[in-house]
Amino acid sequence: MAKHTLAVLVDNSSGVLARVASLFARRAFNIDSLAVGPTEDPTISRMTIVVNVEGHALEQVIRQLDKLINVIHVSEIKPVKSTQAELVLVKVKTNPRIESIISKFGAKIVDQSDNAVIIESTNSVSLNEELLASLKEFGVIEFVQSGVVALSHGSGSLADQTLDIQSISTDRQADYQN
Amino acid sequence: MSNQITGAQSLVKSLEAAGVDVMFGLPGGAILPAYDPIYDSKIRHILVRHEQGAGHAAEGYAQVTGRAGVCIATSGPGATNLVTPLADAAMDSVPVVAITGQVPGPAIGTDAFQEADIRGITMPFTKHNFLVTDADEIPNAVAQAFHIATTGRPGPVLVDIAKDALQKMTDFKWPKEIKLAGYRIPGEPAAQSIADAAQLIAESKKPVFYIGGGLIKANASAELKELVEKVGAPVVTTLMALGAFPDSHRQHLGMPGMHGSVSAVTALQKADLLITLGARFDDRVTGKLSSFAPKARVIHVDIDPAEIGKNRSVDVPINGDLKAVIKALIPAIKQKPDTAAWWNALDKLKATYPVGYDKPADGSLAPQYVIERIGQISGSDSIYVAGVGQHQMWASQFINYEKPRTWLNSGGAGTMGYAVPAAMGAKVGAPDTTVWAIDGDGCFQMTNQELVTCALNNIPIKVAIINNESLGMVRQWQTLFYKGRYSNTDLNSKIVPDFVKLSDAMGCVGLRCEDPSDVDATIEKAMSIDDQPVVIDFRVNRDSMVWPMVAAGTSNDDIMVARETAPDWDSQEL
Repeated sequence: MAKHTLAVLVDNSSGVLARVASLFARRAFNIDSLAVGPTEDPTISRMTIVVNVEGHALEQVIRQLDKLINVIHVSEIKPVKSTQAELVLVKVKTNPRIESIISKFGAKIVDQSDNAVIIESTNSVSLNEELLASLKEFGVIEFVQSGVVALSHGSGSLADQTLDIQSISTDRQADYQN
Repeated sequence: MSNQITGAQSLVKSLEAAGVDVMFGLPGGAILPAYDPIYDSKIRHILVRHEQGAGHAAEGYAQVTGRAGVCIATSGPGATNLVTPLADAAMDSVPVVAITGQVPGPAIGTDAFQEADIRGITMPFTKHNFLVTDADEIPNAVAQAFHIATTGRPGPVLVDIAKDALQKMTDFKWPKEIKLAGYRIPGEPAAQSIADAAQLIAESKKPVFYIGGGLIKANASAELKELVEKVGAPVVTTLMALGAFPDSHRQHLGMPGMHGSVSAVTALQKADLLITLGARFDDRVTGKLSSFAPKARVIHVDIDPAEIGKNRSVDVPINGDLKAVIKALIPAIKQKPDTAAWWNALDKLKATYPVGYDKPADGSLAPQYVIERIGQISGSDSIYVAGVGQHQMWASQFINYEKPRTWLNSGGAGTMGYAVPAAMGAKVGAPDTTVWAIDGDGCFQMTNQELVTCALNNIPIKVAIINNESLGMVRQWQTLFYKGRYSNTDLNSKIVPDFVKLSDAMGCVGLRCEDPSDVDATIEKAMSIDDQPVVIDFRVNRDSMVWPMVAAGTSNDDIMVARETAPDWDSQEL
């Protein structure tokens, strides 16, 4: 199995997340992570879905997703020509050695209390995994991850690749019922 | 704002604007506002006895007419009773629009009386669905629903409307155009793909046209016939495609699949090219997928890109409307493949292993004979609607289908109880055509209440109950795979219910036949009655089995022509 990152433009309307989740569950596609948020267009949301599938199944995931009426566009974001990152917040027991470890990962301390610190790291999944592994010895109290988000490099956007919207007149609505 | 109307009126105006002439439904609290303007509408509303009946009737209507079938129900249990027909319509790509009432917007999510999240429930098996809580949105949702249901790969669409949206005042504005950013109907097929397909066809020695239900949806039977005759290759039509190509045509080998003919199943297995048109490599056709048509290259034409390559890898994928693709393919065929040797072998196979049956030794009625005679007496202009099980398979095998939209059944979902309500919908869609429901005694007991609807609404369908007093197909599997341990398949339906009395009580003419010599006279009697539904209780031999058979999960190479009898492959030249 291999991980693939999909960028999915969807209508910003109620129930869309449920449709996508239901599709993955029903067809037994494995989701590694899913992140959803607004886009430059307020009527459209963007999901970044990391799936764990083989080549043939990836095509099925994309085509089945594309079949959902609320899904406007699906693209695979290849790692080589993109930036892919996730946010991790991790709460660790206070220790003087933490600072030097996290600086190697470009992470920072964002909150300090008497016995614990919260570390924020925005990084690739693998570097975040390494960071968490090296913090283990200090006692990880809890952590939270955002799921991967990804943008392709260059000046283009996902919306550029989206085909023009078909417009169908309803004059012949009664006829086009065949 | 004197032009304002209620959301309910807006709904009915929208349905009228969408070209609806009939709908099947049953009112209740949440949908009640809509039933007031329905009272005045030119749309014929047929009051069913159970919402499942409304859903299957909408399917039957849609499959016969090619137009969207419409069903309407209230919230909660009314809506959940539509779930089975909607799932059925999704599996068989039937254009159905379901309208359901929902509890008022502010009550949604509070577990209000008769509240069910029907949008959530039907998400996996509707092509799309809507929850409308704003009266102004009703026309748009209805217009989009009909557009989505009837275009591309057809399918069911549900529009759930909150009661307060039906009650609020609104302006009726039928949208001038439909714009759906995430919905696209395929355009013309790529010239290169057509050329590639034509080349594969020209190079092939053992081509087979593998025709699925999509061909009927695309209304492409005439184009198919032209293509098939030009290429000269054999044709198989799946359970969903019976009638897409005439059964009587010399190039037709029959139906492939679990209970397909030896010649159709074997042709696919030995083929070097499958010209797949609107079929989806369903497990009931392929048997064990890894051993299906092992030497065949595949051309796969489908309007739904997700079907192409889903189960079987494809050499030439073509996404498009079948009619357009076939029209493009016909002139591209410059060279007919040399299929003389292929036909020689297939003709022998066809002659050696015709689909047939043995009459029971005890002189009792053979179910196959009953069905065969109905087909012969009523003819290929009639519409035949089957339930699910042995009788369905016999109806697929022993009736000749010559035209599209004359054979209706629940193929993908396998919904017992489909026949009576679907036949009702078919008869409403084709009132001048004889409509037979070929039903089992098990199926019939699931949905026969709609015969009351038929009797009261002048929908004179004919029902042949193939009464083998058991859940016959399950019993057949118990005979073959469970050592004859008949756990819970005995229905005792030659004792209770009395189908003749039951039919009589529902306003139908009830007939009974148990002797082979009475079959013709009984069918002719039924044919002579045109002002009332007719039900015939054909009491048939209970041990008759459906053959040939490819056991579930096994290879098509292991097809059995009868119990413990495999074809004699050594004498074949394939």
